[in-house]
Amino acid sequence: MTATPHKLWQFHGGLKLPDHKAESTGGPVVTPPLAERLILPLRQHIGQPAQACVQQGEHVFKGQIIARCDTYVGAHIHAPTSGRVVAIGDHPVPHPSGLSAPCITLEPDGKDDWGDCRMPPLGEDEAADPTTLRNRVREAGIVGLGGAAFPAAVKLNPRPNQAIDTLIVNGAECEPYITCDDMLMRTRAREIIAGLLLVQRTLGPARCLIGIEDNKPEALRAMTEALGGEEQDNIRIVALPSIYPTGGERQLIRILTGREVPSDGLPADVGVVCHNVATLAAIHRAVHHGEPLISRIVTVTGSGVRSPRNLQVPIGTPIAHLVAHAGGYTEAVERLIMGGPMMGFALPSDEVPIIKGGNCVLAAEAGEVSAPEPVMPCIRCGECVRVCPVRLLPQQLYWHTRAKDFDKAQDHNLFDCIECGCCAHVCPSNIPLVQYFRFAKNEIWAQERERQQADAARMRHELRRQRLEREKREKAERMNRKRQAPGGTSGAADAAKKAAVQAALERAQARKATQQDASKSDAS
Amino acid sequence: MRFKTFTSPHMSPVRSVHRVMRQVLYGLLPGTAAMAWFFGWGVLVNVLLAVAVALATETLMLLLRRRPVRPFITDLSAVVAGWLFALAIPPLTPWWITLVGVAFAMAVAKHLYGGLGYNPFNPAMIGYVVAVISFPREMTLWIPPGTLADPAFTFSETLGIIFQGQLPAGLTWDAVTSATPLDRIQSGLGLGQPLGEIRDSSPFGFVAGRGWEWINLAFLAGGLWLLHRRVITWQAPAGMLGALFLISGLFWLMDPAAYPDPLFQLFSGAAMLGAFFIATDPVSGSATPRGRLIFGAGVGLLVFVIRSWGAYAEGVAFAVLLMNMMAPTIDQYTQPRVFGQRARGQEDRG
Repeated sequence: MTATPHKLWQFHGGLKLPDHKAESTGGPVVTPPLAERLILPLRQHIGQPAQACVQQGEHVFKGQIIARCDTYVGAHIHAPTSGRVVAIGDHPVPHPSGLSAPCITLEPDGKDDWGDCRMPPLGEDEAADPTTLRNRVREAGIVGLGGAAFPAAVKLNPRPNQAIDTLIVNGAECEPYITCDDMLMRTRAREIIAGLLLVQRTLGPARCLIGIEDNKPEALRAMTEALGGEEQDNIRIVALPSIYPTGGERQLIRILTGREVPSDGLPADVGVVCHNVATLAAIHRAVHHGEPLISRIVTVTGSGVRSPRNLQVPIGTPIAHLVAHAGGYTEAVERLIMGGPMMGFALPSDEVPIIKGGNCVLAAEAGEVSAPEPVMPCIRCGECVRVCPVRLLPQQLYWHTRAKDFDKAQDHNLFDCIECGCCAHVCPSNIPLVQYFRFAKNEIWAQERERQQADAARMRHELRRQRLEREKREKAERMNRKRQAPGGTSGAADAAKKAAVQAALERAQARKATQQDASKSDAS
Repeated sequence: MRFKTFTSPHMSPVRSVHRVMRQVLYGLLPGTAAMAWFFGWGVLVNVLLAVAVALATETLMLLLRRRPVRPFITDLSAVVAGWLFALAIPPLTPWWITLVGVAFAMAVAKHLYGGLGYNPFNPAMIGYVVAVISFPREMTLWIPPGTLADPAFTFSETLGIIFQGQLPAGLTWDAVTSATPLDRIQSGLGLGQPLGEIRDSSPFGFVAGRGWEWINLAFLAGGLWLLHRRVITWQAPAGMLGALFLISGLFWLMDPAAYPDPLFQLFSGAAMLGAFFIATDPVSGSATPRGRLIFGAGVGLLVFVIRSWGAYAEGVAFAVLLMNMMAPTIDQYTQPRVFGQRARGQEDRG
C-alpha cells in the first residue's frame, strides 16, 4: 500500500538507534511570532561566503538580497522579513568552533512586506528550460537542506560527460530526534512532488527513487497519496530499513541502487543526483511562488525542552527564540546541540541563529547524552570496525592519529571517514574517536596549506632571481651595444671605463649574493 | 544561556569495558560450573585465589605506575585474566604456583607492557606458560573426573592440599592423580599403542574424555551466549574450531589408528575455552574481521600440531601466544576494502 517493491542493497555496519522521533511529531508544525532580531551569517553554505550588499541602517524588504555570492559554488542571502539592517559585523554563529563570523543583523518592522522583491513565478514552459530553472534556484539562494548546505543549483548542472539516470530524493532522516523532514512530508508532500517534477524535467533521469525510512509510516502514506494521480512508472517511493546512517548520501545511493560512489568522486560519477525533500519543496516555492529560501522547518526537541515540536521559522531566528516557543528549557538542561545527537555539535550559547542547513535544535538533560566520563584505553574489541559504514578500521586510525602519525592515518583512509559517530557511540572505552579523526584531518589540511605557502614563497624567490639575472644581462647587452656604436671613445679612455664598469658589476654581484643569502635564510 | 560543549556523538553510549568484561565472566559461568562438578572444590578455590592475586597485583602495579586505581580495578579485566588462569591449571595446584603465575601475568605480561589495552600477549596464557615451564610436575597433576555430588576430596581436604600440600592421610600423589585423556593419547601413541587400546583403557565418554566433553560443551554454550550478546565476534572461534576440525579430520582419515578423530579434538582439553574466551581476547588478537579468521585458524592449526607432535599434551596456550606475535602483521595485510574504493592498492598514494 505504501511503497512499491524495490530491490534494496545494504551498506556495511550502521546502527539501530532508539529514534526518539515521537517526542516532536505529536502536534502540527507551529509558526511562532517573529524574533526581535534576525541574525544572518554571510556564510551558510559550502563554498565562498556571500558579500553584504546593504548598508547598516538601510531598510530592506522581505525577500530582498542582502548578501550576494556570485561564485559558482555559493548562495545569496535574502532578508527573511522586512525591516532595518541594524548591524553588519561579527556575531556568534552555529559552528563547531564556537567562534564568531560576519553576520547581518536585521530588526523586523513587523510588516513582513515583500515590496517588489518577490520574484515573478515561472510558468511551466519557462521552468522547463534547464538554464532558467537553474538560475531561479541560484537566485533563490537554495542550498541542500539536509544539513550539508551544498548550493542546490550546482547539482542541477551535471557535467556533459555525466549522464544522470537516477534521481534520488532523500527522505530517510535517519538521525534520531530529527523530524523536520518527516513533518514536511506529512504536511506538504505535494510541494515536494512539485519540486521533484521540476528537477526531474531538467535532469531527465530514467527513474526517480524517493527513499523514506520505515519508521515514518505517516510520511510514507502522505507522499504516496501526493504522488497519487501523477504516479508514473519512473517515480517510486521506497521504504528503507531504519538503520543509521541510511540518510548519508553515499549510503542511501548504495541502498537504493547498489552503486558505490567512488571515494574521490561525486554521486554524479555513478549517474546519480540526490536531493533532500526539503530542498525540493524550496525549489517548488522558488519557481511557482517566487519565494527565495528565507524560512525552514526546525525540530526543537530533547528532554531539555518542555514541549518538543517542529517550528516553521525565518532563517536567522536565534535558538533562544526557538526554545522559548517550544515551552522553554527544563531545569536540568545540560547540553544544547545544533543538529542531531550523532553528528550535531554542541553550542556554547543559544544566541546563535538558525541557518539554512539547520534542521534540529536538541536540548538534552544530563542522563540523555554521553558524558566525557573517564576515557579508558582501547581494548581493540573491534566493535567500531563492525559498525563503520565506510568499512574503515577506526581503532587503527585512532592509534595512528593519537601517535600523530598522519601518513599512516591517511594510508588507513582517514579522509573517507564521514564522521557519522557510530564508532564512538559503540566504543566501550568511551574514546571520542570522531574528535580524533577531525583533529587529524585539520592537522593534515593545515600542513598542506603550510606546504603550499612554502612552495609559493620558493616560487616567488626563484622568479625574483631570474628577473634580476635577466635585467643584469640586458644591461650588459645595452652597454655592449653602446660601446660598439660608431663614434666611440678612444682606446685608453675606453679601457678605464671598462675597468670602472667591471668594478661596479662586481660590487653589484657581491651585494646580490649577500642579499640572496639573507633571503634564503628568511625562506628556510 | 550558556552551555558546556562536548564533542559528538552525543547519544549516550551503550557499552563499557566493565560491561564487556562482566559479560565475559557470565559466559565463563557454565564452563566453570562444569569443571567444578567434575573436578571438585579445587576449581573454585583456584578461581577465587587467582582472582584475588590478580586484583592485588593490578592494584599494586597501578599504584606503582601512578595510574588511577578505581576505573582500572572496576573494569574487571583483572578478574577475567585471573579467572582464565584458574581454569587452565589442574584443580589441586599448590597456591604458590597460582601466586607466581597470576602475579607474573598481571605485573609483567600486562602492566610492564602498558596495562589494559597495550599487552601484546594474552596475560593469562603467559602466566599459564610460565607456570607450566617452571613447575612441570605440579602442573600435570590432574585428578580423574568425579562429581561434586561425590567428590574425591571434601572442601577442607581441598584447602589442605592447595595451601599446605597435605594429602589426606593414607593417600599418595600417584594414587590420586591421573593423566588427562590428551596426555594418555599422546604418551600412548608415543609408545606405539594403537588408539583403540588407549581409548578403552582410559575414562572416555561419548566423543572425548569423560567429564572433559561436558566441560567443553559448557564452554561452547557460554561462548555462543557471548556471540549472541555481540560481546565477541564469530571469526576467531570459527577459524580456530574450523581449522582444528579440518586438519585433524584430514589426518584421522589418513590414519585413524594414529590420530584421534576431529570431534575428540574439539571436545578435549581447552579447545572450547580457547576458541571462545582466549582466541577472542581482543587486545592481543587480530583486529580486522578477516584477520580474526586467520588468527583463529592459526591457533587451531598450532593446537593440532602441538597436540600431535609437541612436547605438551595440550597446546592452546602456546598456540595463542605464537599467534599473538603474528597479530600485527595479520592486521597489516587484512585491511578491509573501504567503501567507494576499488581494489586496495589501486589508488595508493604511494
